[in-house]
Parts: sequence; C-alpha cells; structure tokens
Amino acid sequence: MISTEIIGTWLAAALTLFVFSFLYKDNPFYKFAEHLFVGVSAGYGVALEFYNVFLPNLWKPLTGGDLILLIPFVFGLLLFTRFFSNIAWLSRWSIAFIIGIFAGIYIVGYAQGDLVQQVHANLLPLWQGNLFAYIHGFLSSFYKWLTFRGSVLVWLEYTRNFLLVVGVLVCLVYFFFSKEHKGVLGAGAKVGVWFLMVSFGASFGYTVMSRMSLLIGRVYFVLGEWLRLIH
Amino acid sequence: MEKIDRRIIFIFIGLAVAVPFFIPFGFEFSVTPPVQKFYDAIESLPSGSKVLLSTDYDPASMPELYPMHLAALKQLFSKDLKVICTQLWATGSPLAERAFREVGVKEFNKKYGVDFVNLGFKEGREVVMVSMGESIPKTFPTDYHGTRVEDLPIMQGVKNFNDVAMIVNISAGVPGTKEWVLQVQTRFHIKLASGTTAVSAPEFYPYLQSGQLAGLLGGMKGAAEYEKLVGQVGLGRRGMDSQSVSHIVMFLFILIGNIAYFSVRGKKKK
Repeated sequence: MISTEIIGTWLAAALTLFVFSFLYKDNPFYKFAEHLFVGVSAGYGVALEFYNVFLPNLWKPLTGGDLILLIPFVFGLLLFTRFFSNIAWLSRWSIAFIIGIFAGIYIVGYAQGDLVQQVHANLLPLWQGNLFAYIHGFLSSFYKWLTFRGSVLVWLEYTRNFLLVVGVLVCLVYFFFSKEHKGVLGAGAKVGVWFLMVSFGASFGYTVMSRMSLLIGRVYFVLGEWLRLIH
Repeated sequence: MEKIDRRIIFIFIGLAVAVPFFIPFGFEFSVTPPVQKFYDAIESLPSGSKVLLSTDYDPASMPELYPMHLAALKQLFSKDLKVICTQLWATGSPLAERAFREVGVKEFNKKYGVDFVNLGFKEGREVVMVSMGESIPKTFPTDYHGTRVEDLPIMQGVKNFNDVAMIVNISAGVPGTKEWVLQVQTRFHIKLASGTTAVSAPEFYPYLQSGQLAGLLGGMKGAAEYEKLVGQVGLGRRGMDSQSVSHIVMFLFILIGNIAYFSVRGKKKK
C-alpha cells in the first residue's frame, strides 16, 4: 500500500525536476509546474482567507449578533465596487480607511523605532576611555596587524565607532543634493560611495548565500528524502 | 570565454552543491557574536517563562529558516520554557505544526496546550502586532485547531506582551522582523531576537547594533552556527559544506570572468 507521504514525496520530486529543467531551456514541463504553482497558490490563498479570516473574524460574530461588524462588512463590500465603473468611486472610502490606519501605525513605528533609536545608536564616543591609551592601543594593534601577529578584528574593534560615525556622515553627504558635490563635499560624497559599495557588496554576498541555500534545500530533498542516497 | 554556455556554470554549481553531501569536506566554522547573543538571550530566561514565537515564513524559505526554527524550539523546550506560537504569514501555520510535532512532541514529549500552543495565522500585519499589545486573547480568540484560548492552561494569565518574557521571530520578509522591531520592541520594550533569511539579514544589523534586537541569525550560516550551540545536526550544518564549495566555485567564476573581460578589453584597446 503506497502511503500519501510517498505519493507527496514523488510529486514534489517530479515538480522540482520540472522546475530545474528550465535551466536547460524553457519547456512544457516547466510551464506545467509554473502554472500549477500559480493556480494552487491562488486557490490556497482564497480558501485560507475565507476560512481563517472572513468566517471567524467577520461572518460568525456578525451572524451571532455582533452588529458593530456591519461597518467593516460594508467597507469590505465597497471595495468590490471597483468592478463597476459608475460606482467605483465608493471603493475610495475603504481604501482611505486602510491607508489612514496603516499611515498612522507606520509613522509612529518608524519615528520611534527607526529615526529616534537609530540616531541615538549613532551618538557614540569615537574612542573609549583615555585618548592616549586609545591611540596607543590603536597604533599597537595596527602594528600587530601589519606584522601579521595580531588580528584584523582587534584593529577593527578600536576603529569600530569611528568608522560607524564617519560612515553615516559621509553617506548622508552623498545623499545631500542641494549643493554641487565639489571640494570637501565632493570628497565626502566620494568616501560615502565607498561605504555604500561595501554595504552593497555585503548585501549581495548575503543574497548569493540565500539563493544557494534554497538550491541546497532542494538538492537535499531530491538526494535525501526522495532518492534516499544520503542520510 | 565571453561565449561560454551558462549551462556549464549551472553544472559546476550543481556539482558543488551535491558532491559535499556524499564527500563531506568538514569545513570548520565558528559561532559569530550575533548568533551567540541570540542563544544567550534565550538561555538567560528563567525556566517556566512564556516565550512568544512568531514564525512568519512560508515553505519557499524552509531551507534557511526551518533549521533555525527547529533549533530554537529545541533550546526553548530544553530550558523548559512555554512556547506561544503565532504566524503573520498564512502558509506558516502548517510549518509551525510540523516543527512542534518533530521537536515538542517526539523529542521532548511536551503537551499541547500546556507546554506549547499554536495560535495560528491572523491577517492584519502590523495591526495584529499592535492589537496583541493590548490583548493577545482578543487578537487570537481561538488557536489553530479552533479551541478557545481561555480553555488552554498555557494561556492562563497571558493578557499581552507584559506576560511573555521574550519574543523570538523567524522571518522571511514582510511582515517580519522589521515590523516586530518598529511596532512591538520599541513600543512595548520587550526583548526580541530574530532569525531571518540571509537576503534580509543586512537590513537588521543596525537594530542589533542599537540593541533593539537581542540576537540575530542570518540565513543558513546563522542556522548552522545556532545548531552548533544547541547541539543539533540539521540541514543548517549539513548544508554548510555545499554552501562553502559553491561559494568557492562562484568566486572562481567571477575571478575568471573578470580576468577574461580585462584581457579582452586590453587587446581591443591595442
């Protein structure tokens, strides 16, 4: 007797191979998998929203006597007026309500969590403790780094706050467009570009790792769970 | 070199990913401070505390996030912490159920409703988060299976974020870690640690530096480091050899491509 788990594994493996076949060239198997994915996702989404959102959050309480829910129910219905051009303007009431709610929530969140907290996090001492001890530590660790006896990390530890603050300032200079980037402003903007390039490089590296992880996951599934070649 | 068939590169990458599963290279990797902080944040909680675990991801991100999801549950249950799980991604609920079965029930013999609960998915993104700050039972009147939350022993005494010791977020995008930081951590001053996909991890390092995040796991590498701390061998650790070899292959292709590009450009100039 073939269990549903085995059927599911074979189905998943077949669809994985169909999708991978696109790496060779576009073909009907890939198209089939693509269309199936879109269809199943849409169907799953609609069913899930209906049973997990519409019924428990609106319909059941409303039919149970919670009449205040008539307001969101009407707002929800108004969204569908977009299908009729003569009354489509009514949907703007619902959209305005949604935008108003989310704008309010986002403004508070970004102001508190991003603006204030991140500015605060950048108000750092450029060095710790005694300045002479700092310079001595910085130079000695730099010497160790140059002579390969120390670690780059030790050197970075000494310069971390300094790099962070300078990086923020020069990046802000780069995005300051009210004055032409010449002279000191131009030099600052140029250093800002270097900092931005380093951050883009780090982001790209992480993106590569992310995409490779997805491939690893699929290869592991095909070799392990389906073919059982690895354990 | 300019006319190299891209399928040749695909074959090399495919081999770089598959071969290490048969012939492990055993590349060593160390635990980085963000991962150590994630681990320490959970370790510092007293036994019996309630932790909110929000698993906001879908099957597409499983290779990166499911290993850290399992490892997080392992650490939480080994510390005898109570886990209240929610999802802001609709397709995350079955994954949460599967993870509870694998770790909570099979490995630790934990009891549903007493040691852990899955409150399921709720539509509304940030509105749900803010609403939970007022009342978790009102936001999630029933759990994933339809049981009323007031009938569950684990939910006794849980009103809002004041009644949970920490939030652990496993996130694949929006809504996810950024929203938890902006809407919940900053507003309700609760300890928050996050595990994210590698592609979104760089966005969250500023929050780690500012202390808004107590710890951060970034992608499969973060999962592998965390598995090492927790003492688990999952896909995170198993996949690290493939990850390393495929990165070397890509590095070589980029290097060869650049050498070829500059040599051809030099010849054209001449």
